[in-house]
Amino acid sequence: MNLMMLLDMAASGFGDRTAVGTRDGGITYRRLFELANATARLLRDGDADHLAMVDTSSHALPVALFGAAWADRPFVPLNFRLPDDELGALLGRIAPAAVVVEPGSEDRLAPAGPADLFDRHVFLDRVADPSGRHGPASDWGYDGDAVAVLLFTSGTTGAPKAAVLRHRHLTSYILGSVEFMGAGEDEAALICVPPYHVAGLAAVLSNVYAGRRIVFMDAFDPAAWVATVRAESITSAMVVPTMLARIVDHLDDEGPDGPGLPSLRALSYGGGRMPQPVIERALHLLPEVGFVNAYGLTETSSTVALLGPEDHREAVASDDPEIRARLGSAGRPLPTVEVSIRDDRGEEVPVDTLGDIWVRGEQVSGEYRDQGSRLTADGWFPTNDGGRLDADGFLHVVGRIDDVIVKGGQNISPGDIEAVLHRHPGVVDAAAIGLPDVEWGERIVAAVVAPGPEAPTGEQLRDLVRSRLRSNRTPDHVEFVDELPYNETGKLLRRVLRRRLGHLGDPGP
Amino acid sequence: MAALTPGSRWASRVCTTEVIVVKGPGTDVDLTCGGAAMVAPGGAPTGAPDPAAADGTQLGKRYVDADETVEMLCTKPGDGSLAIGGSALDIKATKPLPASD
Repeated sequence: MNLMMLLDMAASGFGDRTAVGTRDGGITYRRLFELANATARLLRDGDADHLAMVDTSSHALPVALFGAAWADRPFVPLNFRLPDDELGALLGRIAPAAVVVEPGSEDRLAPAGPADLFDRHVFLDRVADPSGRHGPASDWGYDGDAVAVLLFTSGTTGAPKAAVLRHRHLTSYILGSVEFMGAGEDEAALICVPPYHVAGLAAVLSNVYAGRRIVFMDAFDPAAWVATVRAESITSAMVVPTMLARIVDHLDDEGPDGPGLPSLRALSYGGGRMPQPVIERALHLLPEVGFVNAYGLTETSSTVALLGPEDHREAVASDDPEIRARLGSAGRPLPTVEVSIRDDRGEEVPVDTLGDIWVRGEQVSGEYRDQGSRLTADGWFPTNDGGRLDADGFLHVVGRIDDVIVKGGQNISPGDIEAVLHRHPGVVDAAAIGLPDVEWGERIVAAVVAPGPEAPTGEQLRDLVRSRLRSNRTPDHVEFVDELPYNETGKLLRRVLRRRLGHLGDPGP
Repeated sequence: MAALTPGSRWASRVCTTEVIVVKGPGTDVDLTCGGAAMVAPGGAPTGAPDPAAADGTQLGKRYVDADETVEMLCTKPGDGSLAIGGSALDIKATKPLPASD
């Protein structure tokens, strides 16, 4: 198994289709194959044993990803927003590395002393050389255990961990979830997740194997996103929840007679919690679009569970609160993935009980460089995410298990409380966290953003939660804040919030 | 005889077909394409498929035996058809998943 097998099949099955870029100016699958070949030769001629990328998304991403796979060099996309010294430290851990960088930023990385440093334009010129000899055809290795990708993930403490994704993990994910040439010739996907995010890499692989043209957007802006969907006749796209909220606002501003998004058929979202009012508005504004909520982790080669278009429609049309609650779920596990909810002793818990989400399947790596595998003896990966499976098999994710509030021995999902707070028309954003409490272990503190004239009082919000949820879910305190802390992919930084509001808890033991 | 371990690759001797094993018993199996035993890829095909086993293979399709103990992906199409122990392999029916990334 090698990622190049996927591109090889695409190039021979539909080589003349546009793989990446605009309808008129993009490159075909056959061209992408040639550029991957040239990249492999460049790497084999050099001293580097990794190929890193410190750049926004462009067609250099699939070229580098497949070229590295061809040459059997791990591909290591790094977060270009990291400070220079942190980037340098990460490059030091994968030395000697060749690095493709955002044009104009070579000076940032030169002190780290990479084996080869390429400005993106220089890199693309080098591999595009029309006089370039073609290397031996299809001479990549087929060892599925070879490392395809290293992705640095930031933990709560210490240096970032390098998650290891081997060729067999990523190819299993694609073969298990994507139909070869499943996309029609007119289909195009808009991708605005960065290259260093597992979803950005999975999007490249999925769309190449499906035969769906990829259009990259490197800096998200709702107006530009909507304009690109229209100009490029985009049929599917992936966004994080905060992006969807801004897109919905933008479409709302255009009014009921606006041009809408007639080409769009599928919109998937993931990477954070989706406030229910946002998805409900989106379903209402875009009734022809099939919505998909995907849940996955870096260590699982992207998606392990998804809530599909039919699930969305059924949930939003239902009066049954259980079925309606599926709208806040991650749907059902992929057919090739098993999900099990465990308690802190590793025992499976009953249906509808909150616990640690464990996953198992061929796409699941659960391995970090220099730290080895985190899989159990029988192949399960404890994700450290908390969640529950309901009676119909829908997975409800509540975030990191550390974020679950434990009050008086009861496990309380912050998401349940947040969903209710979001129902108040004056609430723009809300988060519930647990802070130390001498009597109860933890107390529930709700951080609420409500700047407008409809702003509720804290007592009104506590009454609202009390009327919707069991009484032990009622926030002990409501704190109004200017904004909540998020990272650039839309993930709420609860750790930061807990630190900011630490004074509202009892002093630690 | 071919040891069908996952990840192993096999080529037809009588057409351009190549497959990679996705799921297999790991034991020796009488795997044929176009009526001839499949071999490690690398050689050039000679001759032609047995007319009784010449329905062809399709790029990107998954082929399975009757009880789905064996599953292979066609990575290069050809004129021969796949069989194990003389029984033709079928294209696996798949239910497409919605695109999630």
